[in-house]
Amino acid sequence: MSEIKIVKTLDAKNLSCPLPILRTKKAIGEIAIGEFLEVIATDPGSVADFKAWTNSTGHELADQSVDNGIYRYVIKKTK
Amino acid sequence: MSEKKKRIAIIASKADIPGAYPPLLLATTAAAMDYEVGIFFTFFGLNLLKKKKLKKIKITPAGETAMPMPIPQIVGMLPGMTGMATLMMKSWMKKANVATLQELMDIAVESGVELIACEMTKAVMKIKDKDLIENCTPGGAATFLEFASEAEITLYI
Repeated sequence: MSEIKIVKTLDAKNLSCPLPILRTKKAIGEIAIGEFLEVIATDPGSVADFKAWTNSTGHELADQSVDNGIYRYVIKKTK
Repeated sequence: MSEKKKRIAIIASKADIPGAYPPLLLATTAAAMDYEVGIFFTFFGLNLLKKKKLKKIKITPAGETAMPMPIPQIVGMLPGMTGMATLMMKSWMKKANVATLQELMDIAVESGVELIACEMTKAVMKIKDKDLIENCTPGGAATFLEFASEAEITLYI
């Protein structure tokens, strides 16, 4: 595993489905291949949605965690 | 990217709040998932392509038995009730930070979703091209079917 260097953080807190995904798609377009995007969300559905989104797009869900209703995803741009 | 994109074809046939949201939510999400997306706007759904219409999309409490408003169905048919239900619905959606229809349409256009306006509906409802947003393309049943024939997902809403 290479080191995770987050170059951008997207605050998607309080946004309802599918806005966290739509904003993530936009944000991933603004970083370079190999770089990492951090997304912070509060939508409980985002757990399943980020898994599905990374599966479908091929970007890598490098890390995820939840703390007190705050979900954090780290996504590596792969293409 | 040489790999072939997956495709989703959606028919949008309704223009009230519960009918207008799903096509635009799914289309924008599918585009975010790198799908090729087409929506065929037909019958009342064509209204969603009208300029300045998206702010005016409503919900009627009559017949909507799951509305979280404790009123009898017959009251839902009274004048003013549609406006009231619409205001309430919009305020709940705003509190939950749900995207507006206009935001979703903007994202759809931006992400290259193909918006097909049903020609037959235009004729029936006397809707002119100039009434519609510029990003849509005219089409008919065959246009949609050709697009949908290569889609992994086809939805009628």
